[in-house]
Amino acid sequence: MGERREIQLTVNGEAVSREVEVRWTLVDFLRHELMLTGTHVGCEHGVCGACTVLLDGRSARSCLTLAVQADGCDVTTIEGLSPKEGLSPLQQAFADHHGLQCGYCTPGVLCTLTEFLETNADPSEEEIRIALSGNLCRCTGYQGMVDAALAYVAARKSQLA
Amino acid sequence: MSWVGSSVPRVEDPALLSGRGKFIDDFHLPDMLHAAVVRSPYAHAKVGKIDCAEALAMPGVHAVLTQDDLPQPFRDQRLLLLVPNPAIRHPITYFALAKDEVCFAGEAVAFVVADDRYIAEDAAERVIVDYEPLPVSADCKAALEPGAATAHADRDDNIAADFPMTYGDVEDAFAGAAHVVKESFFTHRGGGHAMECRGVVAADDPVTDSMTLWSNTQAPHMLRNVYARMMGVSETQIRVIAPPDVGGGFGPKGMYYQEQFCAAAAARQLGRPVKWTEDRRENFIATYQERDQYWDMEVAVDGDGKLRGIRGRLIHDSGAYLPWGIITPFISSTTIPGPYVLPAYHINLVAVFTNKVATTPVRGAGRPQAAFVMERLMDRVAQELGIDPAEVRRRNFIQPEQMPYPVGLVFRDGSPVVYDSGDYPVCQAKSLALANYESFRERQAAARKDGRYIGIGLGSYVEGTGLGPFEGVNVKVEMSGKVAVQTGAAPQGQGHQTMLAQIVADRLSVKPEDVSVTPGDTAGVGIGIGTFASRITANAGPSAQMAANTVREKLVKAAAHLLEAAEEDLDLADGKVFVKGVPDHGKSFAEIATFTNGMPGFALPGGVIPGLEETSYFTPERSTYANGAHVAEVEVDIETGDVKILRYTTAHDCGSMINPKMVEGQVMGGIAHGVGNALYEWMHYDEDAQPQTVNFGEYLVPMATDVPRAQQVHMETPTPLNPLGVKGAGEGGTIPALAAIAGAIEDALAPFGVRVTQCPVTPPYLLSLLDAARKEAKS
Amino acid sequence: MKPAPFSYHRPESVDDALAMLANLEDAKILAGGQSLMAMMNFRYLAPEHIIDINRIPELTEIREEGDGIRFGAMVRQRDALDSPMVQARCPLLIEALENVGHIQTRNRGTVGGSLSHLDPSAEMPAVFSALDATLHVGSARGTRDIPIADWSLGYMMPNLEPDELLVGITAPCWPKDHGYAFLEMARRHGDFAMAGAGALMTLNSDGTIARVAVALTGVDTGPVRLHDAEIALIGQLPSEAVFAAAAKSAETVAGIDDVHASAAYRQRLAVVYARRALIKAHDRTLQGRA
Repeated sequence: MGERREIQLTVNGEAVSREVEVRWTLVDFLRHELMLTGTHVGCEHGVCGACTVLLDGRSARSCLTLAVQADGCDVTTIEGLSPKEGLSPLQQAFADHHGLQCGYCTPGVLCTLTEFLETNADPSEEEIRIALSGNLCRCTGYQGMVDAALAYVAARKSQLA
Repeated sequence: MSWVGSSVPRVEDPALLSGRGKFIDDFHLPDMLHAAVVRSPYAHAKVGKIDCAEALAMPGVHAVLTQDDLPQPFRDQRLLLLVPNPAIRHPITYFALAKDEVCFAGEAVAFVVADDRYIAEDAAERVIVDYEPLPVSADCKAALEPGAATAHADRDDNIAADFPMTYGDVEDAFAGAAHVVKESFFTHRGGGHAMECRGVVAADDPVTDSMTLWSNTQAPHMLRNVYARMMGVSETQIRVIAPPDVGGGFGPKGMYYQEQFCAAAAARQLGRPVKWTEDRRENFIATYQERDQYWDMEVAVDGDGKLRGIRGRLIHDSGAYLPWGIITPFISSTTIPGPYVLPAYHINLVAVFTNKVATTPVRGAGRPQAAFVMERLMDRVAQELGIDPAEVRRRNFIQPEQMPYPVGLVFRDGSPVVYDSGDYPVCQAKSLALANYESFRERQAAARKDGRYIGIGLGSYVEGTGLGPFEGVNVKVEMSGKVAVQTGAAPQGQGHQTMLAQIVADRLSVKPEDVSVTPGDTAGVGIGIGTFASRITANAGPSAQMAANTVREKLVKAAAHLLEAAEEDLDLADGKVFVKGVPDHGKSFAEIATFTNGMPGFALPGGVIPGLEETSYFTPERSTYANGAHVAEVEVDIETGDVKILRYTTAHDCGSMINPKMVEGQVMGGIAHGVGNALYEWMHYDEDAQPQTVNFGEYLVPMATDVPRAQQVHMETPTPLNPLGVKGAGEGGTIPALAAIAGAIEDALAPFGVRVTQCPVTPPYLLSLLDAARKEAKS
Repeated sequence: MKPAPFSYHRPESVDDALAMLANLEDAKILAGGQSLMAMMNFRYLAPEHIIDINRIPELTEIREEGDGIRFGAMVRQRDALDSPMVQARCPLLIEALENVGHIQTRNRGTVGGSLSHLDPSAEMPAVFSALDATLHVGSARGTRDIPIADWSLGYMMPNLEPDELLVGITAPCWPKDHGYAFLEMARRHGDFAMAGAGALMTLNSDGTIARVAVALTGVDTGPVRLHDAEIALIGQLPSEAVFAAAAKSAETVAGIDDVHASAAYRQRLAVVYARRALIKAHDRTLQGRA
């Protein structure tokens, strides 16, 4: 057994205290220790974006972050972005615009967009595509998820107006 | 109203969107152990002694299986060849673990089982294997040269299969031709690269002497049948279940793999569940791909550009083994005639062994290469005759009144290739209109004035889809009144659950969300084939309709008894059967189901059939042919060879659509895969057959910034071959994309006379073509 | 793809980190982790010790220093992008950073990590080369200031002893009205460049070139300054022909080979991108004046 360490962090708003092996990646810790299996492993080398979570509010590859590095941090996963009942407006936009097929990349995509759309009030299609360029999807050709993001932005703007 | 034909929300989505999907690696069984695989670093080597002592001594390691440790018959027998063909000279497949010889870098040699994956990988590093490297067959063309190294040590050559395919009088076609155009092509495809890698969880139950394999396979019944046949056990002793969610398939998950059998063997030996999850590096080297093809082709035409005949040779890279026989090159060669009247055709097909991972179908299954070749040839004819490329195609299209159209070819099941329906000229016209094809030359001239090189390219195709023999569906009204549907083939994101729910909901007059669909369980439906070849909607769809119709009849029959009414006076709505016009006088599905399930010791009244359940197997007579036309507009940077897709339009006809939005999604996803094949994806191997692109930084899957927005127009020409009129839609987006994009690049560079003859079209390749063209212009 | 076992250390000050580096055998610094962790997951690297410098506040500062900006080595690429000071005074870095990976990798990846990893196709080394930056390196033995020109010693070999740590970078800023451009060719957005060029320029009042810097990435093993081109350009009246002639010198830069691009192809791209970067930087000097 490898070196272990106690970590304390907040995951989806709840305080968590666990002993972890120091070599565990954050995504393995989330999936196999906390059983938060909504975050997926796609490549384990930081390109595909399937494992994207929010680390202190910023999107990050949880395959390139050690669990022990999340000590003291605030982690949000797809489970934390999901309402108890029904879907969030962004999730609903994905359902409405066929923004997913197999759904494997979807949690990472939603984490990326959550951060991006919080900091960008009115992004263009090109800006959305650039924001999504760190999330590979093999099913959709991206068009559905781009349309979903555009529709979400339009709805948010009309609500604010 | 009808649910079929409308874009109802997908029943799959809510769970997937909120992280409640259930994928194979999400399974955590009590006492489960984790496996890692020791793989050959050599493309070809003799395997000597395997020393597992150090690995086995590590804390947390439970077993290291090698060939010798596997149960019979895996020690002596290779895994079954699934689709035998008399043309195959050397029907060689994998062993469950390499025996004496490894034939590609990545072949599984030992299977390590430990407390967790980390420890399993630590131990895998400590398994010491003696390899004696052997000469390597690295390229399928070079592998045919006399004296070439052989991919298998016991063979004299590398020919896996060698046979002609022919119809019409090709000699005559060429003898009388006004023009003959020749060209050689190289096409490369790469892989499926589903975002979820492969995985398996095996659990043995010694009490019932049965094995359960959860695996994200496209074909659970195929895996069960291979296991049962090889192990000599009853099909009831092996249950294969695809998890509720599978993260993309695209073909490679359609076959069996070494690791599935290893996991089963380990679980049985250790008496604990064993999970193996493929990692991305393994996915790049050990998951089946679809790779290189060399084509030498010649086309004969009349003075007006009408096709007289095509002849040539196809060299296909089979990789090291033939788990799925030679179906990919077979499909490639039968795809060549496409939507055109081609009176004569002769092709010699050679499938070649190389020391690379096996090739099996990937989205498009040999057709993208063929469409690339055929459409390039049509462009050549247009260039030779000075006719517009769209016009050359128009002059050769099979006309709708010629349907059903026998092509002249015999498909691999021995039946003639007969196109069932479609209007190819109108399909092309729609795609051209959407692309503003008429005004393109003006746009192109204006761009060239600004020093910009833009071009337009066309790709038309015909795709055999929905091939049989069947895919069964079980429909049942449970005692709760809920409608449950089961089918054998597993989906990987296509939306099969929604599609089947729509069909069943219509027949039983309920809402799609009231129908729960469980695919991918061999215990759900007795026999099954699998999800591939764009076949599920055209096979399982009609089966679902048939089964639901029967269940509806049973509901009505039983309700008639309960309500003391005539069957023809009854109607269904909202989970009830009631007397027409008197909605209150009825029985709920739950009441009827409870009634037909009977009570112990009480006889069912005469005429009432037990249960509200039916399994149906629709058996299509033959494949149904979808078609489409793509138009790509690109800009080429002539200084760098960079290509940008400016616009992409497609007209697509997959017969009647169950859910138009899902069809659009399938087409769009297919286009993205085609964009990858056209411009980005290349699985490089070096001269020692060592894989060179083994991560997502080196193997380029297109990103959101690379895939263009595509405009789609749909045609719906129903097929007469199934009661729903549906054809497959899963692969059509990919098939003509290479052709359209390559054509557009060539058109953009027309001032230089560049000829694109290979895919993918990488910037260095394109620049080398430009250099050559400029040099030629100078001399 | 799980990392091999290691011991984990998390110093809270630079001095602690340097002491660990001095005392631990086979130790690797973990900065943003966007390259190191991938290599460890592949087990291309399996160090005995990981020294995680993510909790050292003094390494995360961006501050004005003289006529330049000093970046702590652990400044996240995202924070550099968001910094109004960097945006105003060092726009070349901003333009380059937009090509570095993706949102998620920039949120973790650091300026110093990129310089220390020294991928031949990375953008940061070329930017700091164009800026004539100085790298500040520390060890338990003391400190060294290293001009960026002396930073790359070969393929992925920064000028760092095993016990040394890059602690900061000082980049002199160019005058307010300077023109700049960072352009690169990557196969996909955010991929490492097959070739790229950063250019900086100021003009004299008569429109001739007063000062110019051009640096390349993705061609040779380290960043390359086109000094000959720069000397030739000074005093010239800008034109596309002048820039094209100057960019020609990129042809002779030694090129690296990989599966995606041959050395010859990279050299050709270098010429194209050096020229385009010069033209764009010049255009921006004019915008600044307008």
